[in-house]
Amino acid sequence: MKTLDVMIVGVGGQGSLLASKLLGKIMAEEGFEVKVSEVHGMSQRGGSVVTYVRCGERVYSPIIDKGEADFIVSFEKLEAARYVSCLKVGGTVVTNSQQIDPMPVITGAAVYPTDILDKLQTKGVKIDAIDALSLALEAGSSKAVNLVLMGRLSNYFDIPTEKWMAAIEATVAPKFVEMNKKAFALGRDCR
Amino acid sequence: MKKMMLGNEAVARGLYEAGVTVVSAYPGTPSTEITEYAAKYNDIYCEWAPNEKVATEVAFGASLAGARSACAMKHVGLNVAADPLFTLSYTGVNGGMVICVADDPGMHSSQNEQDSRHYAIAAKIPMLEPADAKEAKDFAKLAYELSEKYDTPVLLRMCTRIAHAQCAVELCDREARENKPYEKNPAKFIMSPANAIRRHPFVEERLKALAEYAETAEVNFVDEGKENAMGIITSGTSYQYVKEVFGDRYPVLKLGMVNPLPTEKIKSFAAGVKRVVVVEELDPVIENACKALGISADGKNILPITGEFSQRIIAKAFGMSDKDFVTLDEPVPVRPPVMCAGCPHRGLFYSLSKHKITVLGDIGCYTLGSAAPLSAIDSVLCMGASVSGVHGFSKAMGGKWDGKTVAVIGDSTFMHSGMTGLCNIAYNGSNATVIIVDNSITGMTGHQQNPTTGYNIKGDPATKIDLEALCHALGIERVRVCDPYNLEETEKAIMEELAVDAPSVIISRRPCALLKYVKHKAPVTVDKEACKSCKKCMKIGCPAVVQRDGKAAIDTTLCTGCGVCVQLCPFGAMKGED
Ligand SMILES: Cc1ncc(C[n+]2csc(CCOP(=O)(O)OP(=O)(O)O)c2C)c(N)n1
Repeated sequence: MKTLDVMIVGVGGQGSLLASKLLGKIMAEEGFEVKVSEVHGMSQRGGSVVTYVRCGERVYSPIIDKGEADFIVSFEKLEAARYVSCLKVGGTVVTNSQQIDPMPVITGAAVYPTDILDKLQTKGVKIDAIDALSLALEAGSSKAVNLVLMGRLSNYFDIPTEKWMAAIEATVAPKFVEMNKKAFALGRDCR
Repeated sequence: MKKMMLGNEAVARGLYEAGVTVVSAYPGTPSTEITEYAAKYNDIYCEWAPNEKVATEVAFGASLAGARSACAMKHVGLNVAADPLFTLSYTGVNGGMVICVADDPGMHSSQNEQDSRHYAIAAKIPMLEPADAKEAKDFAKLAYELSEKYDTPVLLRMCTRIAHAQCAVELCDREARENKPYEKNPAKFIMSPANAIRRHPFVEERLKALAEYAETAEVNFVDEGKENAMGIITSGTSYQYVKEVFGDRYPVLKLGMVNPLPTEKIKSFAAGVKRVVVVEELDPVIENACKALGISADGKNILPITGEFSQRIIAKAFGMSDKDFVTLDEPVPVRPPVMCAGCPHRGLFYSLSKHKITVLGDIGCYTLGSAAPLSAIDSVLCMGASVSGVHGFSKAMGGKWDGKTVAVIGDSTFMHSGMTGLCNIAYNGSNATVIIVDNSITGMTGHQQNPTTGYNIKGDPATKIDLEALCHALGIERVRVCDPYNLEETEKAIMEELAVDAPSVIISRRPCALLKYVKHKAPVTVDKEACKSCKKCMKIGCPAVVQRDGKAAIDTTLCTGCGVCVQLCPFGAMKGED
């Protein structure tokens, strides 16, 4: 059986926990043993956050380390750069093209690197970047960036749309189901 | 049926299946969700206690009454609960009692990295340590069997990577259980010296019996390996990293019970391998035990004593090389946690930093007031230390420093352990000023109710402790309230109270901007023409206030319209909704 290691990274408050829960659920239904590891607490206050989704026949470690991830799903460009060392050689970064300045950049203590994604691409990293914020707003809320990106990621797996939609229904609160499904579809279908 | 569960959710499920009826806890990452999930079972009475000592004593009372009970806390919470813990070891239990404690190697959300296994050893209480969510549930149930069989409270040690990792867990039914009968038993439950003298030998005998149990306990098992050049002794999350790296190459002794240790089992395991390595996060507890048995084990000589492990750290310790990876060639700016846009703590800390006040801080979201650009805090030690500390600080400074020092403490933290310090200020007379930042919730740990919010863990209305009345009752005459969204009012309150030669309390009151019932205003707008790029608005460190093309700009996805930045603009370039 194959293994699949996905890291979901972003800024605290962007909804990475929901994304990892959804992915974990889908992969468990595909017959994988799944471990999902999250960080709660302090870093959720606008800090850098990371969750790990590991799938395989037998999964031991709940975390992903240097050079191991098949995919990094990044909710913000700088976070893709921060964790890219965890990507396998030949792995793919699915990322939101949005820039969110961290506090050291806001205060002028640090600079936000330019052309991050191009620089990563020249290093051989496969970059799949979309404007997830605009698509999320189109779906109805800036909070749906997570589902837009999960939609985008879903293109890499051979899992029918209906299964994803059913998993979304089972994972999110009823009143947000339609909005999240729309966000997922926008991410899945965008070109 | 199987369900994907967080380790903490699995502990809660274990409590449910074991027939637990009373759970009391104080929140603390990474332990909080144990109680939050337990509260979803209607068969379990759950509560947020004001602190961990109270929670532990509530669980004791429930056990005394014959129920199966639990309390939960983070590692530093066990320091607060250490007093009941050590003597609970002597009394033992009536109904089974489990103390869930969650360590935080790597300090994802903690002020230190203490290893709670030392408490189990020092208090002579058995400790179980699961390695994933499945074991978390099973061990929680086993803990009750041991508790009742050996007449002891049992510690269940979690850590961040177990507490906050999900895996599939098999669900079972709840055990039907009546309270054990309650009978008055002074010799067992009144720990006066005369009785305690007689209980201590019992504790020592119990430890021996538990050590014997550990030898054959299923939770201490050997994974056979293909080669015996090395054998690894490990437990908890370290086991997972070891297996990730070595698979079934070397034999592994996995300890589910970390106190007392199965010494015979360890000896015979060691005898069957050429080299023994102990892989354990934090302190060399198992390693030292091996050495005491005369086994020359490797451990902290090759593995770090600080921080958490990973498969990579283990692999490197055994001389294996890194996998290939790429990095960006330039520095990636750090992204530390920040006060949220609209956080009521911001206006208060801006006012304190503007007047260069020395601030003895405390633990909560408001600890973020220490970060640049506010940089408004001088010390943070442990919960409650701001209030007690400011008293000591002003006593030491005598009159020389007067008028420049305050304590800042949150509503939940004040109820946890700030009250006693305030009582000391009144009683032993310093003119300290204590600022209670009352955001009507326990924010940092993810919005738990507390005695000042008026709601209980289920969200039902509860007695609301009146902070003003409480401070008065603790002997403070000068108690006033300010709105931290109003900078002028806040500064006035601070400067006036600092000028007075008497102890005082300022309650800086505004609900957390993330609370569902808090209505946000329209985002602030910036008149680009009027903005003179003076960057005054950047001094509050709000993530919603950014610079674009040299002018102030607002991130409308974050701005809550709190209007603090508007008050800072000398040119009237920023406008908020009235
Ligand atoms: C002894 C101890 N118990 C628990 C914690 C975890 N903890 C850190 S801050 C905090 C609560 C903070 O709430 P509050 O004082 O209301 O401030 P807020 O975060 O809402 O600003 C808790 C429970 C801790 N650090 N130490």
